[in-house]
Amino acid sequence: MALAAVPESPRESLTSAPPRRARRIGEVLLAVENISLRFGGVRALSNVSFDIRKGEIRAIIGPNGAGKSSMLNVINGFYHPQEGRILWKGQARARMRPHEAAKGGIARTFQNIALFKGMSTLDNIMTGRILKMRASFLEQALWIGRGRSEELRERAFVERIIDFLEISHIRHTPVGKLPYGLQKRVELARALAMEPELLLLDEPMAGMNLEEKEDMCRFVLDVNEEFGTTVALIEHDMSVVMDISDRVVVLDYGKLLADGTPEEVRNDPAVIEAYLGVSHG
Amino acid sequence: MAELGPVLEVLLGGLMSGVLYALVALGFVLIFKASGVFNFAQGAMVLFAALSLVRLSEWLPFPLAFLLTIVIMIAVAWAVERLVLRPLVGQHGLILFMATIGVTFFLDGFGQTIWGSNVYQLDLGIPASPWFLLENVFPGGILVSPIDVFAAAIAGSLVLALSIFFHSTKIGRALRAVADDHQAAQSVGIPLNQIWLIVWSTAGIVALVAGMAWGSKLGVQFSLSLVALKALPVLILGGLTSIPGAIVGGLVVGAGEKLAELYIGPLIGGGIEYWFAYVLALAVLLVRPQGLFGEKIIERV
Repeated sequence: MALAAVPESPRESLTSAPPRRARRIGEVLLAVENISLRFGGVRALSNVSFDIRKGEIRAIIGPNGAGKSSMLNVINGFYHPQEGRILWKGQARARMRPHEAAKGGIARTFQNIALFKGMSTLDNIMTGRILKMRASFLEQALWIGRGRSEELRERAFVERIIDFLEISHIRHTPVGKLPYGLQKRVELARALAMEPELLLLDEPMAGMNLEEKEDMCRFVLDVNEEFGTTVALIEHDMSVVMDISDRVVVLDYGKLLADGTPEEVRNDPAVIEAYLGVSHG
Repeated sequence: MAELGPVLEVLLGGLMSGVLYALVALGFVLIFKASGVFNFAQGAMVLFAALSLVRLSEWLPFPLAFLLTIVIMIAVAWAVERLVLRPLVGQHGLILFMATIGVTFFLDGFGQTIWGSNVYQLDLGIPASPWFLLENVFPGGILVSPIDVFAAAIAGSLVLALSIFFHSTKIGRALRAVADDHQAAQSVGIPLNQIWLIVWSTAGIVALVAGMAWGSKLGVQFSLSLVALKALPVLILGGLTSIPGAIVGGLVVGAGEKLAELYIGPLIGGGIEYWFAYVLALAVLLVRPQGLFGEKIIERV
């Protein structure tokens, strides 16, 4: 991809990340085509099309109310667009509910953290493995046969994620008691536990301080690099977006404003006018 | 001061009836835990289950009637999920609560329409004559009703099974997840509707067990629907979200009201048994609004 040649951001780099990762970006994993979504008379999305390629980090940006979260909700089945279609690995997808999208390999985090607050970090992440568990009800209840071996196997898997995201010290803490930045990290861990093919992150760095942002950037890059997970993220911090994403979609008032490499988007006059020029001059 | 023997007898009797309260409270807790709905219809489900069982067993062997009643309760759960909960998904808790009041009236009426509204005897084959325990320790021994013992044993095993279910199976984990956050639960692949069906079915089966215990004591009749009211103080005491809480709450209420009748009753002219539980619940509400075992609401501000 031409992306490999994108020069370093002139802005202060948030991460000490390597220069552009030599990553293989594959075929189109998910494509949205002419998506329109209305709530009553309000148009949240109008005729939006773009695609997400395997292995890339795709940013979705735009001013508040541009329809970014609505787009994620369409992709993972919380909303059903009135028009348009969604292609998953080249196949048109039928109307899909969120748990079916999860089964299909789409995991996500939420803008306003949606964790199971009464459960420990470990239990929260374990819920991400629910779809992987096959043992029968009795085997699980009585802790025999597959029930036992499976639980141990999944626990081991989750422990690796816990190590990877450096949250082993809060393993047994109820997540409701954790500070905001760590909650975001646990939410990412839960999504990773699903071993998704496509990871949707809704403002993973919102409300974080600089240090937490740097950590989160590093984790997103590592996930993408080490597991080859495709990432689509909504983010407001432009330096983060320019730093870590391969391609950027810009939405404004529910319409597609621009689509391209960070460099192209940054220099797009329409984008500068609608977004960058205003809040990030 | 009363003799130790009779006091023990009163205490034991209280604990046993407490188990029966707990059985009803358990149904509330299950549904509230998993869907955040306070299901007012739990009492009506107790009545409906007991009516179905008693009428079916008139022309079917008892085990078959029992199984068929379980199927009926699952069908009720399915209908409630489909016709009431699903259209109201995402609505405020109060609206769902009102909807369950509607379900209550429907089940009360529908049950009596198809099964009849007489008082039916439910014979579980348990000897009706009381047992006398420890006759060589206390003069006359301690009187215990076999039905109560049977109910306590069933309730105990039910609670054990449910605790294991909630804590060591993936469905249990899914249930707790759904109870905490619907959206997040769906996003990790938990089908909401299936979980609700499972929970309401389980609550239906618990209602059947409660209906059997109460029905064999009081006869199967409309008043079974009202035992739900007795479960309210138990819920407040034990906390709406705790299964062990429902049991302990039931025992405290059961023993408390009997002992209060015995000790405080004579001082103020008796009749305490009928309202003692509610006063106790009120006192607990003031000190611990989440109940003795309820989850403390953790919120960072």
